[in-house]
Amino acid sequence: MRPRLELLGRPLIERVLAEAFQLIQDPGVRVAPYVVELLRSACIDVADGIAHIPLAQAQRLLALAPHEFFLYDRSGTRTVHYGGDHVHFDPGSSCLNILDPTTKESRPARSHDLVQLVQVAEMLPQFAAQSTAMVCNDIPQEIGDWYRLLLVLWYSEKPVVTGAFSASSLHTLIELLAIESGGYDALRRQPRAIFDVCPSPPLNWSEFASQNLVDLARNGVPAEIVSMPLAGATAPVTLAGSVVQHAAECISGIVIHQLARPGAPIVWGGAPAIFDMRTGKTPMGAIETAMLDVACAEVGKYLGLPTHAYMVAGDGKLIDAQVEMESGISAVLGALAGINMISGAGMLDFLACHSLEKLVIDAEAIASAQRLLDGIEPRTESLAVAMFAQTGLHGDFLKLKETRTLFRKEQHFPSAIIDRGLSHGNGTDCGILDRAGKRIEELLSAYQRHALAPECEEEMTAFAQREGRQAGLEGLPGILRPEYV
Amino acid sequence: MLDSIFAAMRQSVIDGTPDTASELARQAIAAGTPPLSAINNGYVPGMHDVGEQFARGQMFLPDMMASAEAMRAAMAVLEPELKKQGAERPLAGIVLLGTTKGDIHEIGKILVGTLLTAHGFLVHDLGVDIPGETFAAKARELRADIVGVSALLTTTMRNQKGVIESLEKAGLRSQVKVMVGGAPVTRRWAEEIGADGYAKDAMSAVALARELMEQKSRSLAAEPA
Repeated sequence: MRPRLELLGRPLIERVLAEAFQLIQDPGVRVAPYVVELLRSACIDVADGIAHIPLAQAQRLLALAPHEFFLYDRSGTRTVHYGGDHVHFDPGSSCLNILDPTTKESRPARSHDLVQLVQVAEMLPQFAAQSTAMVCNDIPQEIGDWYRLLLVLWYSEKPVVTGAFSASSLHTLIELLAIESGGYDALRRQPRAIFDVCPSPPLNWSEFASQNLVDLARNGVPAEIVSMPLAGATAPVTLAGSVVQHAAECISGIVIHQLARPGAPIVWGGAPAIFDMRTGKTPMGAIETAMLDVACAEVGKYLGLPTHAYMVAGDGKLIDAQVEMESGISAVLGALAGINMISGAGMLDFLACHSLEKLVIDAEAIASAQRLLDGIEPRTESLAVAMFAQTGLHGDFLKLKETRTLFRKEQHFPSAIIDRGLSHGNGTDCGILDRAGKRIEELLSAYQRHALAPECEEEMTAFAQREGRQAGLEGLPGILRPEYV
Repeated sequence: MLDSIFAAMRQSVIDGTPDTASELARQAIAAGTPPLSAINNGYVPGMHDVGEQFARGQMFLPDMMASAEAMRAAMAVLEPELKKQGAERPLAGIVLLGTTKGDIHEIGKILVGTLLTAHGFLVHDLGVDIPGETFAAKARELRADIVGVSALLTTTMRNQKGVIESLEKAGLRSQVKVMVGGAPVTRRWAEEIGADGYAKDAMSAVALARELMEQKSRSLAAEPA
């Protein structure tokens, strides 16, 4: 039996949805001029930039959104299954800083840091997908979004969770993906990436977000709504009230998206959080934030939609017991909630900082959560009696055939990051950070880049050099010189 | 007698009761209490207490918002009377506030503006989603001493740098101090983008603004005549 976590239950979900449908009709949803005609074409009233979406239209368009779809790796294998109770994890995204492994201080991230993070995540089976994890400060801001995607595509074969920083740059990112996939049709058939699109709370689809929704749908590239109600600040203070707002933002986004292209793949996702009334911070590691994630996903699941949440992140500035307690708890809760894509691993300091050390430690928490999902199975005909019949009261279970056959299925073996009493070389153990550092070294030295087809690499680098030059970029930071001409 | 009225004014701000605050202001005017005295001895100490309690974690943001409302309600009554009497609060400085382009959040910024006003600054709030060029144009128009730039999101805090660049382009950077704040903002980030200061909360924004004004005065005094 697969363990599950539900916080709302059917009656409360139905109340949430009833109020969400009510909100998108009155007071309505602020929308950008880009989608006004699209909405009006579906007889949705838009006045003074506010769309009033009737229940019947919302329900009709919600029903058009697919209940499942896949992301593909570079070889064309279905790797991420959006839909049902499939659970996947990817590193947190769009971080500005990295916790320097030497100084243990946060500093602006650079392309080299992103490359290392991608290589480490590539080696960890816990991550089904990569993310465009960092904003590289050595890259001009106007090309920062597609450049980080270039680095991920260059060094990873896994699917990618990404996003554009502006309406216009979305097309550059899609062009890059199409080059990598072998054309726009190939990208549509086997999407390699999914794009996060964020409404502005409360109930506002900005020009940038509206345009992204429409353009992604029309290009057949999956979109992931990342609704971010901050309970008590930009959303009702009650968790239930914030779940309603999240639902209203997701439904209105799906309405716009499905009007642009019915049946286009879209995800009911988010990064809701509470708003700390003492500091004004948005703690991602707070238990209430995790509860919001679970509850919001529960509503999406009720509608049969693929789901996403932002979890496995901690709020302390250093990798310590607090940060890992927060990250471990939310990894387990997210997995139990059956959320299809759980983003956030590796991040700390209220999502302001990424850390390779935290990423590899989080991977252990994720592995434990994944083991938990496998549940307890009756693997033998008699659960214990037959084994007792062999050992009697001597208790020599170690000698039993069943033990040898089944222990690998029953037990998860963490890496050396987790102290289970294995010796550590010279016998001294300086703690988990030290072990994490060693693990990173091992993973990086074992990493081997799998080159793309030569003509594809040539096209990608030519594209990047051309686009980069326009922004004043010299060379291709993060990509070794011999790998491109 | 006056002391008890001032204490009530102070308490109305601490309690966050706008109706009481404005009623006390009206009573003070009717009784002939100088408006400046009511502000400086009644309401400002209340706001100061609130700021201190907040910094110690003894008051929460919703309480502080209510206190700010009470302060505003009292000022709405007292400021017209101040003008009528030709009196003026000594001006601590002119501050231009706004949230960066792409960001529509302003709770923190509103609190900063309220506390700065309470402490004698003339505050002009541009609102949210403000491009750098607008900051620069308004700073020139107002002859602002300080520009305060807020951002709630990691994606929009980068635009704080854009505001500084716009001020530089407009040739105003040497005349205007820039302070930055917002949930994801850190001192290190402020240093990196070339801001003059970072404030972690509304109360420290007041202390920072005062310090920046002192720096400005010192640099003006050091300039050759």
